Amino acid sequence: MNAIFAVAAKEFQDGLRNRWLLSITIVFAVLAIGLSYYGSLASGQLETASLATTIASLSSLSVFIIPLIALLLCYDSFVGEQESGTLLLLLTYPISRGQLLLGKFIGQGSIISLATLLGFGSAAILLGFSSSFAAVLPAFSLFIVSSSLLGLSFIALAYIISLVASEKSKAAGIALLLWLFFVLVFDLALLGLLVGMEEGLTQQGLVQVMMFNPADLFRLINLSALQADDVSGALSVAINSEVNPLTLFIIMLGWIVIPLSIALLIFNKKSI
Amino acid sequence: MIVTLTAVDKHYGQLNALKDINLELQAGEVLGLFGHNGAGKTTMMKLILGVLCVTSGSISVFGLDPKHKKAWENRKKIGYLPENVSFYEQLTGLQVLTYFARLKSVDKKQVAELLEKVGLKEAQHRAVKTYSKGMRQRLGLAQAFLGQPKLLLLDEPTVGLDPVATQDFYHSVDQLKSRGASIILCSHVLPGVEQHIDTAMILNQGKVVASGSLSQLRERAKLPVEITTQGINGALKEVKQLAGFMVGSNQLRVPESEKVNIIRQLMAFESISDISVESASLEKIYHHYLKSSQGESL
Repeated sequence: MNAIFAVAAKEFQDGLRNRWLLSITIVFAVLAIGLSYYGSLASGQLETASLATTIASLSSLSVFIIPLIALLLCYDSFVGEQESGTLLLLLTYPISRGQLLLGKFIGQGSIISLATLLGFGSAAILLGFSSSFAAVLPAFSLFIVSSSLLGLSFIALAYIISLVASEKSKAAGIALLLWLFFVLVFDLALLGLLVGMEEGLTQQGLVQVMMFNPADLFRLINLSALQADDVSGALSVAINSEVNPLTLFIIMLGWIVIPLSIALLIFNKKSI
Repeated sequence: MIVTLTAVDKHYGQLNALKDINLELQAGEVLGLFGHNGAGKTTMMKLILGVLCVTSGSISVFGLDPKHKKAWENRKKIGYLPENVSFYEQLTGLQVLTYFARLKSVDKKQVAELLEKVGLKEAQHRAVKTYSKGMRQRLGLAQAFLGQPKLLLLDEPTVGLDPVATQDFYHSVDQLKSRGASIILCSHVLPGVEQHIDTAMILNQGKVVASGSLSQLRERAKLPVEITTQGINGALKEVKQLAGFMVGSNQLRVPESEKVNIIRQLMAFESISDISVESASLEKIYHHYLKSSQGESL
């Protein structure tokens, strides 16, 4: 237990030292505040955007940025330590591979979670003052929790990459490809499927396919809580179907636990 | 017995990294492990540390298989210095050592003590990336000494150390040894190691080509003792018994068994002004065994 905490504390302090926490928080805060105040400018209106529009545009932007940040933060977690020789050294200490993995996950996960809480939370408070807290807080709570889960899920995916890759530069390349796949290619393929195949995919089937992408899950969770007007693309089809948000959250948790278990499996088999 | 290896084999896919290794290390014994790069030294250390599994054979460290869960607690009694150690560059020396101390559940007081001992007290608040090679090596040593280990595995400990730091290092080794710690020392740098090791093991391509105490190895290698005299000059070759061993006008190469005899004869010369007797060095022994093992495999 003590060892897990030591690793987590070290990773968290690294995040503070490298200004990761600070920069991610600022990015999130600027995004959220900017979109809520000026988001409506794009559609030619001058008044403050509605809460639904804000959340909708925030989640379409976050779905690109959060996975990218999580992958950037963690792609070298293991391969970096392997290159510098500290991974071998750590494995001779009284700490198991599972404890090391969990410690890193807790430490780096806290960085992402805390940044979403502080960044988006500060925007929520500002918004609350200008409109009403009663409306802002529930919507933003859902958004902050799902953002953290999205971040954690991509951290777990980054660990798999970091344990599979033999070099840091390769890990970075794989991470970039993974990011492209989940935030762009997957959706384009889905859209193509919807347009190209008549009656190829039912609405229920579409939602089920989206479960295979944590980024889509994140959007589903946030947008299904809003009216569908602000939503476009394949999602608008999916959202009109009935989905239980609790089920979505459980599947999102699965997107954290399963990659983390796979990472542990790979780590245990890996010879250093 | 602290470490026992019995008929240990280790394969990496097709590559035979270690073949039929037998080793016994007692409490307070210092073993020198010698061999070229890729001879299997590091692999052997990783096996003893429980980072790798043996392909066949068995290992016992403190009476337990190092891979076994029960051996967990024993890891606190083991110190390890890896060969290429570059610590967390952005952390300070103090932060690095504190981190490792926490992982080993070692009292924080020892961190300051060790930093002072290895001469990093002044640099402890500087980031490791500003450290020289020698300073990094000393930080690595401090890390290995955490928690008064009963078994130390040191891979190339003196690489990058200046002569004074090397001296200090061997002093620490002697100190730990006198406290009953067993040490396995891996090294390329042969001069200077001799006085600090009890036994030596020479590896070549994963096989043990020689092992035993230095005097045993010397005896078995039958390497000659080199005697250099001064002041006798031409008179040496007139004595029949001595002329056979001559390699220079004032140099003799004699077998270990004849050493005392020859010296006695040399001392009989009135004109002798100086004499130096040099037993085969570790370096010579090493090259001798490596050569003879290569001869076998050819």
